[in-house]
Amino acid sequence: MRRNGLFALAFHTLVIAFVLAPLIIVVLVAFTPDETLTLPTHGLSLRWFRAILNYPDFITAFVTSVKLAFISATLSLGVALPAGLAIARAKFPGRDFLNALLLSPLVIPGLVLGIALLRFFALIGATGSFPWLVLAHTVIVTPFVLRLVLSAATGLDRSVEHAAQSLGASAWTTFRRVTLPMIVPGITGGWLLAFINSFDELTMSIFVTSPQTVTLPVRMYMYATESIDPMMASVSTLVIVVTAAAMLLLDRAYGLNRILIGQH
Amino acid sequence: MANATLEAGAARTTDHRPPRDPLRAPWRAYVPMWLLGAPALVLFAALVLAPLAMTLVLTFYRFDPSVGPIAAFQFGNYVNVLSSPYYQTIFLRTFGIAAITTALCVAIGAPEAYVLSKMRDPWRSSCLLVILAPLLVSVVVRAFGWSMLLGTAGIVNQAFAAIGLGPYKLEYTTFAIVIALVHVMLPFMVIPVWTALQKLDPQTEQAALSLMASPATTLRRIVLPQVMPGVLSGSLMVFGLSASAFAIPGLLGGRRLKVAATAVYDQFLGSLNWPLGATIALLLLAANLIIMLTYYRMLERRYGRSMG
Repeated sequence: MRRNGLFALAFHTLVIAFVLAPLIIVVLVAFTPDETLTLPTHGLSLRWFRAILNYPDFITAFVTSVKLAFISATLSLGVALPAGLAIARAKFPGRDFLNALLLSPLVIPGLVLGIALLRFFALIGATGSFPWLVLAHTVIVTPFVLRLVLSAATGLDRSVEHAAQSLGASAWTTFRRVTLPMIVPGITGGWLLAFINSFDELTMSIFVTSPQTVTLPVRMYMYATESIDPMMASVSTLVIVVTAAAMLLLDRAYGLNRILIGQH
Repeated sequence: MANATLEAGAARTTDHRPPRDPLRAPWRAYVPMWLLGAPALVLFAALVLAPLAMTLVLTFYRFDPSVGPIAAFQFGNYVNVLSSPYYQTIFLRTFGIAAITTALCVAIGAPEAYVLSKMRDPWRSSCLLVILAPLLVSVVVRAFGWSMLLGTAGIVNQAFAAIGLGPYKLEYTTFAIVIALVHVMLPFMVIPVWTALQKLDPQTEQAALSLMASPATTLRRIVLPQVMPGVLSGSLMVFGLSASAFAIPGLLGGRRLKVAATAVYDQFLGSLNWPLGATIALLLLAANLIIMLTYYRMLERRYGRSMG
């Protein structure tokens, strides 16, 4: 394989710097001993991390967000995997409609869904309910799972399956031993993307969360628009640290490349 | 349920009778597919179609500042939004920002995925981690980071001051919104392009090179056509998400630089004119759908031709 040239590596370095810059700046500001958000800081201090302990709203919101993302990503896989396999592998009446419908949250702004669900929940008396919030998140993360399932299942070499079947494997064995391993990257990548998007989701959640079910992004957005002290930076730093740790753990346990991209 | 499809598939492949006209296939043949799609369909009918229909109805309501929304059927809200230069500017700005963001994501994300695919481990894994990790970090954190970087006393302006330039007004500009959006959307471009690159057999590239194709020709004729599906799916995702982005313009655009999403938010939570807000929101949705479907068809046709 050809190696990267000097120009390619310079480009790559710039991209990495661009990606990391805003995160690094947030971490630096979080350790300020000062009252305000200024750089450079005058020394290091943990005062803004201690401040979080007197503000349990952030902690509650974090727990809510993790639970929400985990359940909705899993539910989304539960509905998108069978639907995705049907769409990718067979022609049937309603196939295009189903495909378009399941991808629709990509083009329906979270804001529109937020407004629409706010009215819907009010009508059925589900305002502020956590289970309904989970379903709302399931809907918005499903396109991400479906896309990866579809791209994994569409690119499959069907002759491998035919080979398994002609060698006497049952349909279920073929699915479990041949098809499933080939689409595992799509499934795990899809679940991860779904988790991330649920955890990140702000726009729709702003409309459909109640004070009891407020998620971390919503809590942080509200905090950022109300006050401008460095606690925003220290909470952000904790979010960065926790998510980086989770990602490293995931890498250790399963292999990040395998999860995201599908290398074995 | 997966079992059922495969049985259907197996039945099809071992069937030695002449193939049936697909249009005349008995409806029972479709039952496994419908069953597989049913849970998703029910979920989306209840939480997307029904609420959207309710929102559509709301756009025809009349609004009285003292009473609130009044049930009616009239097109006053649409006329108000479409004829107002204020909202026309907002829509142009919204889609302009989304288009520039998408173009920048293609220009940065696709080559970056290619560079990454050429690297060797452990560099490759760790660089990939760095590119994709910000995905896990909340968009609010990243918006906050960019406001620290681009503020009047931010690092970028401090760097400009060090070489005797500035300070420039970077925060609360279209520039700030685009930069932050590219940062947020980049992984959505890198992942599909990378996935497409992984499916590519490196030997086809080798073959082209050994047949005396220049590296540029190899890239254009061998690699590019095969990663186009990835670029296409990445662009659709980036454009759709950028046009409807709320947090980045909300936090980096300030109070005056409105996009469609923040304008809707204002109508709903500021002036409490829900029918007008719903109208702007549905117009955003319609415009988004039209632009993306056009783009998809255009690229699909081109891609289909180059592959054929």
